[in-house]
Amino acid sequence: MSADPSIPPAALSGEVSLPEKLADVEPVRSVRTPIRLEYDFIPGSASSGYLNAFADRKILGQQSPVDGAVFVPPRGVDPRHGAATPEYVELPDTGHVGGFCVTRLPIPGRDDLEIPYVSAWIHLDGADIGFLGLVAGIDTSEVRMGMRVRAVWKPDDELGRTAENILYWEPTGEPDIPVTAAGTNAWHAKQAAAGEQG
Amino acid sequence: MRDIAVVSVAQHQEKALTHTTEVELMVPIINEARGAVGLTQDDIGFTCSGSSDFLAGQAFSFVHTLDAVGAVPPISESHVEMDGAWALYEAWVKLQIGGVDTALVYSYGKSSPGSLRDVLSTQLDPYYLGPLWPDAFSLAALQARIMLESGTVSDQRLAEIAVRSLNGAADNPLAVRSSAEATAESVLAEAPIADPLRPSDCAASADGGVAVVLAAGDRARELCERPAWIRGIDHRIDPHQPGVRDLTRAPSAQMAAVNSGAGNDRLDAAELAAPFTTQEHILELELGLRDGTAINAKGGALAGHTMMAAGLMRIADAAAQIHDERADRVLGHAASGLYLQQNLVCVMEGE
Repeated sequence: MSADPSIPPAALSGEVSLPEKLADVEPVRSVRTPIRLEYDFIPGSASSGYLNAFADRKILGQQSPVDGAVFVPPRGVDPRHGAATPEYVELPDTGHVGGFCVTRLPIPGRDDLEIPYVSAWIHLDGADIGFLGLVAGIDTSEVRMGMRVRAVWKPDDELGRTAENILYWEPTGEPDIPVTAAGTNAWHAKQAAAGEQG
Repeated sequence: MRDIAVVSVAQHQEKALTHTTEVELMVPIINEARGAVGLTQDDIGFTCSGSSDFLAGQAFSFVHTLDAVGAVPPISESHVEMDGAWALYEAWVKLQIGGVDTALVYSYGKSSPGSLRDVLSTQLDPYYLGPLWPDAFSLAALQARIMLESGTVSDQRLAEIAVRSLNGAADNPLAVRSSAEATAESVLAEAPIADPLRPSDCAASADGGVAVVLAAGDRARELCERPAWIRGIDHRIDPHQPGVRDLTRAPSAQMAAVNSGAGNDRLDAAELAAPFTTQEHILELELGLRDGTAINAKGGALAGHTMMAAGLMRIADAAAQIHDERADRVLGHAASGLYLQQNLVCVMEGE
């Protein structure tokens, strides 16, 4: 301890005093401390139901007990209300593009993905929220909100309990749905109307 | 100071949740705690939770679990990377500041997907201790050796603490380890897993969650016939570097007990969140617990230790004894870090 408190200790003033034999040793500037921890994740009840059905080319959502809204993929809960959603609903593999982006940068680990590619919020017919998928089979400049799409599945013998079952979504050629009703627009309009009535 | 009480508690715990995500775990627990006092999320002024990304193995894992709360319309919310007892402390402060009269506090831990004894090593400093990867049992055994050799505790005393938990947990459905027949003799006959610690010295690891509703003043009286009024709550911390500490003591626990007024009157019950019998022994001394206080009547944390929730579960267990008139004055304790580095004491009373 310094007798005069106005004089900072050597460590704080930046001057370090080393024993003479360490004078020419290169100082340690960083330390590497690798951490490796392994986890065995489990999908849980709702996702297990979804993934099991997915292996049979079926897409399951869950229905809110509060207002019947359909969520896909299901997570076991209506996150707006914290209400459990035990009821599954089977959905078709057709829907529309609720929103999209064109990406011109490669993703590490996905060399198979040609750039530019389109990732989109796919809103299945009968679902109230979208989920992420690739859109292909069309020039990227022609993708639009409201465009009708259907799933392109892997061959049956390659299906597994995985989100990789759907290779991409391709246009059906049907007329677009209006942008005002695309994505969550229609759902939010419906909710607002219900709120006004309530 | 406002009068603030625990008005409702709910919890679930089992050895390993192999078919349930954290969200699926917490939906029924949160709804049970809110529903028991007739509240929905719209009636909750502040929400605070405790959990750990290191258990979940993913960053910002707590934001997923908000799905279990219901955050529409948007809620006032906070999270601590701590045992839920510290989330309760934050909610208590929020209620003291005023503007809100109710709070939802919850925490959960699912350590079964990983190796908890290794995950815990990540709380060590990254320069000196961390790179050695000492596991949690080995570190606790170093402390146990010091305690035994210095005579601050005996093998027999540790076995008695283990038996108190095993016997007390016998009719507790939330306990994951119990035995009505266990005796000090049978515990002492166990082969050590990290010498000198025997299996019954180490808390039984569990997965689970807990939710608590707090309310202030008249709101608490409206919601609950016998609120558990928080008369004192304090948390303190000792240095992180174990080398500078006397490992036979936990001064932060003693200070938290003094500051929360634990010793000012008779305590009917104390619920301690000690992960080892050695640490439960230290806590009994530091908290000044005396004869007449029922300690961990249902087995406590030793009978089932849910990382990140064990402390809030103890507060919930203590509060429940006020709610159903089994006790008039109780203590709930939570700990965090290596060798009881951090301690929180919550003293509650009925009216």
